[in-house]
Amino acid sequence: MDKFIYLDTTAVPLPVQDIDTDQIIPARFLKATTREGFGENLFRDWRFNRDNTPKADFILNNPTYKGKILVAGRNFGCGSSREHAAWAIHDYGFKVVISSFFADIFKNNALNNGVLPLIVEETILQKILKQIEENPGTEIIVDLENQKLKIAALDIDVSFEINSYKKTCLINGYDDIDYLLSLQDTIAGFEKTATNFR
Amino acid sequence: MGKTLFDKVWDRHVVHQIKEGPQVLYIDRHFIHEVTTPQAFNGLRKRGIKVLRPEQTVATVDHNVPTIHQDLPIQEVLSRHQVEAMIKNCKDFGIELYGLGHPAQGIVHVIGPQLGITRPGITIVCGDSHTSTHGAFGAIAFGIGTSEVEQVLATQCILQTKPKKMRINVEGTLKKGVVSKDIILYIISKISASGGTGYFVEFAGSAIRNLSMEARMSICNMSIEMGARGGMIAPDQITYDYIKGRQFAPQGEDFDKAVEYWKTLPTDGDAVFDLEYTFDAEDIAPMITYGTNPGMGMKIDESIPDKEDAGLEKSLAYMGLEKGQSLLGMPIDYVFFGSCTNARIEDLRLFASLVKGKKKADNVNVLIVPGSKQVERMAREEGIEKILNDAGMQLREPGCSACLGMNEDKVPAGKYCVSTSNRNFEGRQGPGARTILASPLTAAAVAITGKITDVRTLMQ
Ligand code: SF4
Repeated sequence: MDKFIYLDTTAVPLPVQDIDTDQIIPARFLKATTREGFGENLFRDWRFNRDNTPKADFILNNPTYKGKILVAGRNFGCGSSREHAAWAIHDYGFKVVISSFFADIFKNNALNNGVLPLIVEETILQKILKQIEENPGTEIIVDLENQKLKIAALDIDVSFEINSYKKTCLINGYDDIDYLLSLQDTIAGFEKTATNFR
Repeated sequence: MGKTLFDKVWDRHVVHQIKEGPQVLYIDRHFIHEVTTPQAFNGLRKRGIKVLRPEQTVATVDHNVPTIHQDLPIQEVLSRHQVEAMIKNCKDFGIELYGLGHPAQGIVHVIGPQLGITRPGITIVCGDSHTSTHGAFGAIAFGIGTSEVEQVLATQCILQTKPKKMRINVEGTLKKGVVSKDIILYIISKISASGGTGYFVEFAGSAIRNLSMEARMSICNMSIEMGARGGMIAPDQITYDYIKGRQFAPQGEDFDKAVEYWKTLPTDGDAVFDLEYTFDAEDIAPMITYGTNPGMGMKIDESIPDKEDAGLEKSLAYMGLEKGQSLLGMPIDYVFFGSCTNARIEDLRLFASLVKGKKKADNVNVLIVPGSKQVERMAREEGIEKILNDAGMQLREPGCSACLGMNEDKVPAGKYCVSTSNRNFEGRQGPGARTILASPLTAAAVAITGKITDVRTLMQ
């Protein structure tokens, strides 16, 4: 997994609530057997017409808006558990998604792929969305080490929450699986003692 | 202080607590399917490790499979590759596969309970959000991502932060024409598609207690549609009777011992929940959705809400519907009976009970997809297939089908489909498809009338 420590970038606004993982990556693109290449089909049906020409009015097709952060409406990533959604976001080049609320499974999947789901209050979210829509060049700093989100243009300097274990994983680029494999003996011990429910 | 059902099962499965971090949770049963596992198996190969407990892993193919001519090679190249990869992965790693042609093949959440693998007090995960279905037995069951699938294959454990606890009580007697799918659509319409996020939900109350196991499964299945991590129902005599005698259920003395344990699981009287709701069963009517998330539902004889809301407007534009509109009488192009929500034998019996002796409406295409080979066989033996054929409908072969449009069963752009599945997201049933979620009974009413029909008017 890539390491994530500090980010100084611009952001892309997507002020839509309840964006489900079927929108992030439609099911018909889940047929691959590798993790790569999903970025091409990120938000496929919002980004492209049925004849595969880009939809001019979709934000990702507007070259004015770019950066490594996606800012989206509340309840981002609801629906299917497909990790392909996190892969698509990562593969497209986003390192952070900012929203006021994330669906549980998406949050885990993002963290397992080095993408930080950053939660801000709804009022701050609305301010950020407005600011970046009007001023696409707005600089946004995400400082994971100190758990700070800074946007000078808005006088925003706020802390964000992240579980300290997950923070360590992101900063060092560790996978959960490495950690679990280190617990092999503990797991074997558990299997011996706890039998009545299996 | 007493413990909840959820606490009792969860706490017994904690292998290790990471300081200020998640817990390491032991997984008793791991269900896998072809779409969310290939990358996980490749990960194991890269690391040179085996599956720790292949005998606790249950595999099927469902998402990508055709629902006619399953005996022939899969036409679509990428789908075929994924199914072939599943066969190879199961073979290489020593996992039994209930693949195409196997008498137990079917949608992963239909076959687990059917085989007696799903049972109270255990932990179950699967790379699929509707794993919550299995909670109907008093198991902790939830969906995971592919990285987590790899973790479970490698270590039979997963890292999880314990969610908060919610109880939803439904008290009273259901009215005529109202079934369990209506209960859950009603609940989600009340608490919204994100109202359960961060919680594990226990469904309780007399209306829930009176449901069959299959009806309970439809409810827990859709707990994810309100954002909950999963749903559970306390095991009782209905649960034990369902499990008894199934292929992988404990047998004889072991079964009796298991029941003794299962009886200790229900929530204690003095246990406390972080949040609790109570609904009146008599207020529930046949439900339909009008928008593009499962929270956008209403009683079939109500009108679409007329309020300022950007999300609602975006959804209605996609659906081609208007604020304040009633959907009764609206012509429908497709009916989809299927999915892990409503493709069990009881659902099919319900559907057939209304169709019996009638004909399919000319303007509607009807897709009927059983949840498993066993359901398909039972439908044939019980004469349900004949009822459907006489009505001008066909029983297909099992799979996820038009629930998510990964195979060739899709709803064309702009067309309306009344569906017994669980998601009405944009494009879920095919690019541009417009989905209206409903119960198997309502779906049957639409299939024979060709329009949105209040099933109660056909049940005099
Ligand atoms: S039937 Fe639909 S919801 Fe259920 S497992 Fe298949 S795709 Fe998922």
